[in-house]
Formats: sequence, C-alpha cells, structure tokens
Amino acid sequence: MNPRLSAAIAAGRVASRLTRALRRGGGTVLPGHVAARIDTQALSTLSSRLPQGSVLISGTNGKTTTARMLAQIAHRAGLRPVHNRAGANLPAGILSALLDGCSLMGQPHGDLGIFEVDEAHVPAAVAAIRPRVLVLTNLFRDQLDRYGEVDFVARAWQRAAANLPLPAKLVVNIDDPTLAYLSESRLGPATTFGISECSFGHEGLPHEADHRLCPRCRSRLTYSSSNYGHLGLYVCSGCGWRRPVPDVAPTEIAMDGEHGSDFNLNSDGPIFPTHIPLNGLHNVYNAVAASAAALALDIDPQYIVQGLAEAQGAFGRDEVVQVGDGSLKLVLVKNPVGFNQALRSLGAEDLTLVAINDLFADGTDVSWLWDVDFELLGNRRIVCTGLRAHDMSVRLKYASVDNRTTEPSLENALSLALDAARSGARVAAFCTYTATLEIRHLLQQRGLVAPFWEN
Amino acid sequence: MLRLVHLYADLMNLYGDRGNIIALQRRCDWRGIALEVQDLTLGENLEPSTVDILFFGGGQDVEQETVSRDLARGVGRAIQEAVEDGAALLSVCGGYQLLGRFFRTTEGVEIPGVGLFDAHTVAGDRRMVGDVIVEADLGQKPSTLVGFENHSGQTFLGPGAHPLGRVQIGHGNNGVDRTEGVRYRNAVGTYLHGPLLPKNPALADWIIESALGRRDGLETPLAALDDRVELEANTAQARRIRQAGPRRASIR
Repeated sequence: MNPRLSAAIAAGRVASRLTRALRRGGGTVLPGHVAARIDTQALSTLSSRLPQGSVLISGTNGKTTTARMLAQIAHRAGLRPVHNRAGANLPAGILSALLDGCSLMGQPHGDLGIFEVDEAHVPAAVAAIRPRVLVLTNLFRDQLDRYGEVDFVARAWQRAAANLPLPAKLVVNIDDPTLAYLSESRLGPATTFGISECSFGHEGLPHEADHRLCPRCRSRLTYSSSNYGHLGLYVCSGCGWRRPVPDVAPTEIAMDGEHGSDFNLNSDGPIFPTHIPLNGLHNVYNAVAASAAALALDIDPQYIVQGLAEAQGAFGRDEVVQVGDGSLKLVLVKNPVGFNQALRSLGAEDLTLVAINDLFADGTDVSWLWDVDFELLGNRRIVCTGLRAHDMSVRLKYASVDNRTTEPSLENALSLALDAARSGARVAAFCTYTATLEIRHLLQQRGLVAPFWEN
Repeated sequence: MLRLVHLYADLMNLYGDRGNIIALQRRCDWRGIALEVQDLTLGENLEPSTVDILFFGGGQDVEQETVSRDLARGVGRAIQEAVEDGAALLSVCGGYQLLGRFFRTTEGVEIPGVGLFDAHTVAGDRRMVGDVIVEADLGQKPSTLVGFENHSGQTFLGPGAHPLGRVQIGHGNNGVDRTEGVRYRNAVGTYLHGPLLPKNPALADWIIESALGRRDGLETPLAALDDRVELEANTAQARRIRQAGPRRASIR
C-alpha cells in the first residue's frame, strides 16, 4: 500500500469525472496533471506494474496510427493494452491513460503499455517508464518554433537510446539515415524496418527533405530512391556508409487507393500476406513499424496480420464523415512531408478546405506552408480558412491555385463545405491540429461525429 | 533576362525559405521579366559577373559548418564581388550570419565569415523565437515587414553598417538594440526567416528593381501589381500581433 499513490489515483479519478461532467474534454490530460502533482513518481510506479511492460512510440509522423495498429495487434494476441489512444502524448497524457480504470491500490487496468510519446519528451519518458521496446518512426522538420532545429530532436533521441535499459529493444525505420545511425551506435538489441522495393520511390530527393548529410562523416548522401521526404535508399558519397538491410520489410506492395494496401510481410521466417484498410505509402510504413514492434514483443505473426486487417485511422487522420449524399474527409496536416504525402494521395474531391491555425499545438510559425507543393491542387475549388487563412491564400496565389475563396471563420467555412456535401459533393478538409479539434467539435455539435476521446 | 543563384539551396532551406524564390519568380513572371533560377551547391563555383540576384537561406548548425568551409574556397569572395558590382542579395538567418565578419561560438572560437556585412554574431544561450514587425528603410519608401524569427545567435552591426529597419515587435538582430538586419548596397541580411517576400511585396520589388537597375543601368519603376491578397495577409497578421502581442513558443 502506497498512500501517496492512492491519493494521486483518487484525485485523478475526480479530475476525470469532472472534465467529462463539465464537457471540457475527454479527460485525456488533466487526471495525469493532478495525479503527478500529488505523486511525482506515479508514472514510473504505475508503468512498472504492467506485467508485460511498455512500448513507447515516437516520430514526427505516424505515431498515433502506428500505436493504434499495435494496440489492435496486441488485442488480437490476447493482451490487454493500456494505450493513450486519443493522442495525448505528453507525460500527463500517458499517466492519464494509466489512471483510466486503475485500482486505488495502483494496479493498472491492463497488462501491456502502448504509449505514443511527443518527440521532445522521449528521454523523460524512457527514464520514467523504462520501456521494453522503443519505436522511432521517422524524423522530419516539424514545429521548429518549439525545437529550433531538427537536430535538437535527433540529439534528444540519442540521449534516450543511450539511457534505454540494455535488454530493451530499439525498433527503428532504417530508411531514415538519422535513425539507422542511431541503431548502429547503440549496444543493445535492435529490430530494423524499411521499404526496400523501389517501385513507389522517386529518383533523388524532394526539396522538403532534411538530413542530406551523412551522420557519420558529414559528406553528402546520395539517394538511388526516396519514398517520401528523406526516407529511402541512400549511400554516403564520402565514407560509403549505406542504408543497411532491414530485419522487417514489406514486399510486393500493391496500393489500391481508399481500399487500402496489400503487401507480404517478411521477417526471419515464412512470408505473411497482409492487408491494411488504410491508403498511402505512409500507412504501409506505419503497418511495418507496428509489425516490427509486435515481433520485438514476440507476438505471433498471425495476430499481426489479423490486427492490421482491422486497423483504423485515428480521429482526423483520413476520417470520412458521411453528410447527406456527400462526404467530408478530415486530413490532419502538421508538416511539409506529411502534407505533401496527403496532397499526393488526394482523390477526385469536388471541394477542398485548407484550415490553418497557428496556436502552440499547431506550431506558431506557418513558414512551412511554403515547403508544401500546393501547385498539385491545380484548378480545384479551394476554401482557405483558420487563423492564417490570409497567409494560406497568398501561398495558393503564388502556386497559381486561383479558384479559391478566403473565409477566416472556421464555422462559416465548414457550413459552406457541409452545404456542398449535402448536395452530394465530396469534400476534403486539410486541417492543422487545433483546426481538426475545432472542426470535429462543430461536427459533434451537429451530431455528425462522436467525441474524439471515444474514437 | 535576370539570373538568380540560390546559394546552397539543398542545405540552407530549413524554414520554407523557398517561398522567397517563388515570390521573385512569380513577380517577375507577372511583369514579363524573364528570371532564370540556378541552385549552387557544395564544390561549385560562382561567376560574379553573370549573377543579378543572390539568395542565401537558413540552415541548421551542422549544415552551416559544412557550408562555411565551402564558402572559404572562393564562393564567398565571388559573392562579395557580385555585390560590390551592384548585384542584389537577400540573406536570411544562417545565410546572414555567414556573410558577416565572424561568428563567435559559446567556447569563444571565432569562425571567420565572408565579411560582406560589417557585422558579427555571437552565440547566445537563449533562442529568440516569435513574430516580428519591423519598420524597414529601403531608401525612399518606409514599409512594414511582418515575419517570424528563430535564432540563438546575436548579431551586432559595426559603426558603418546600416540596419534594414527598426524592430517594433520581436527581437531582431540581438534583442538589445532594436535593430533588425543589415543593408549594404543592394544586399540585405535579415532574421525574418522563411517566406519573407510573399507577404512583404515592397521588399521583393526592391530586390527586382535593384537587379534590373544594375543590369540595364536604368531606374525604370516596376509595373504595379495587384497586391491586395499579400497586403491583406501582412496587415491581418500585424494587427493580430499588435493586439495580442507576439507569441513565443516555450522551448528547451
């Protein structure tokens, strides 16, 4: 019996009930804040009581979807994951997930922790939780107003990898040179994943790519193929260091738009035909990341295949809302690489909303919009909205996207979109983080979606 | 025809810097002025007499070190010659720092710069991040520049150097003396990073005009463009910043 911990758990429960009763949100963060004020060790103590240990998942893009895929796989394997599934990925969010359903004595409601972690908080989360597996998906330019530069995150991850308990497994995407180097320089075990097939790659590097220099010798890396951003097949022009062969890789990838993708999952043993109901190469990466993490946990591949077949995007990640005869698809956009990837997988939508906010959770600097290839929108009909609607309109003017209107009020812009959808239009809405929350809140008020914490 | 060279385009382009190139391209295009854009990278040479506009963006410390070594091969001298000959130049953040006299690291080591600007930069221990409003002095017409800064180096101008403008909101060169950027002949250095020119068309046109004046020896005013969208974005953001104050993300 640990009275301080029990008091923290009780206070967290009160906070959770209050936020839900007052309809202030899903209680995905506040209980953790309250409990940590009472017992600063709560995160460490509760996570240590998970019989199967914890998996931490971080990376610029794909952490929420990868974590959800892994949770589904774990569920199929008969495990009971404790998971911050709404994407609250700071320590308070992780603690809130552990508190949910936890007994007053401090026994978490589940056996395996699956936690996505904000990039900058990986060292702190590794120190507090001492995970069994740390998954790193990719590192792109993102939220530079918080981090200053991309290398700030790379250095944080190096510290985290160095402090990872030695038997713990590091699971990394080796198509990202920074992560390949990170796994090579660590002593403990690693499981690597990547996409070796070049059929979806481009020659050379796109303009928005980061990490063009060799992490070993600082000479230029040359790419025979890049899948997106700087993920691809690289070799150093100076020291000859090249992309290693991954432990887990998909082969015979076939992408069929909104119907999802098929591929063969290859690891040490037999080959497993796999289907995911999510579109785009980025989701193939997410699926392979989740598979590699599951293999690192010694989960049988048959459960991986079953879990991936049931994968669902997180709220606002290609979430399609039916409206009358039409539909509204929400696409969360956070950084140039993700946005470019989303633009490339855009279907035949009749109307496109671009909602750009610049609050802290979005990034207060909207400069990155100029690294996004809006030229791809051509003569589609666009509505620019959000706190930076005018900046978005300038960006589109210079991309020769002339069929556009500017409506800074999100509510008015959404009404426009819903009117179009009711008469049968298919609408795509690209939204920054807080714009996604705001639009989902408006949709929820109209009874069109469930609250995000129930998603 | 005008020729623009984008210095180290692949390494120094961290914060949407290519917005500046796009702005110059389109604004020339809309006026029927041909503009050729060429990227220069490590190991390549610059021929000063053939360039009308130079652009030098921002990068990370690691890339900046590599670029600084490459500049010393002769590219730095060529940049200086081109500017002395009247070429227009826009340098931002890391590019601006590299064109000063030196950069002093936290350990006190002085890394020599190109020396185009009478300015030097000292590594700082706090990062200056946030919205900026600057009253710029571009010769004849004052104009309000609205942008975003993100740097830890503090730049101090020498006695003969002329700042680009005065900071109204934000940190500018060093967070101490209210100066922002530098202007020397037709060359500008600034901490307003990323897409500065699209939302500040007066500065974009000043660069194009300077380049044309040098090429043709004429001071023909540029044809006016419909800048309502650009100016709306400029004033809308300036209004927000003035009302709410600049937002600064908490980092490190």
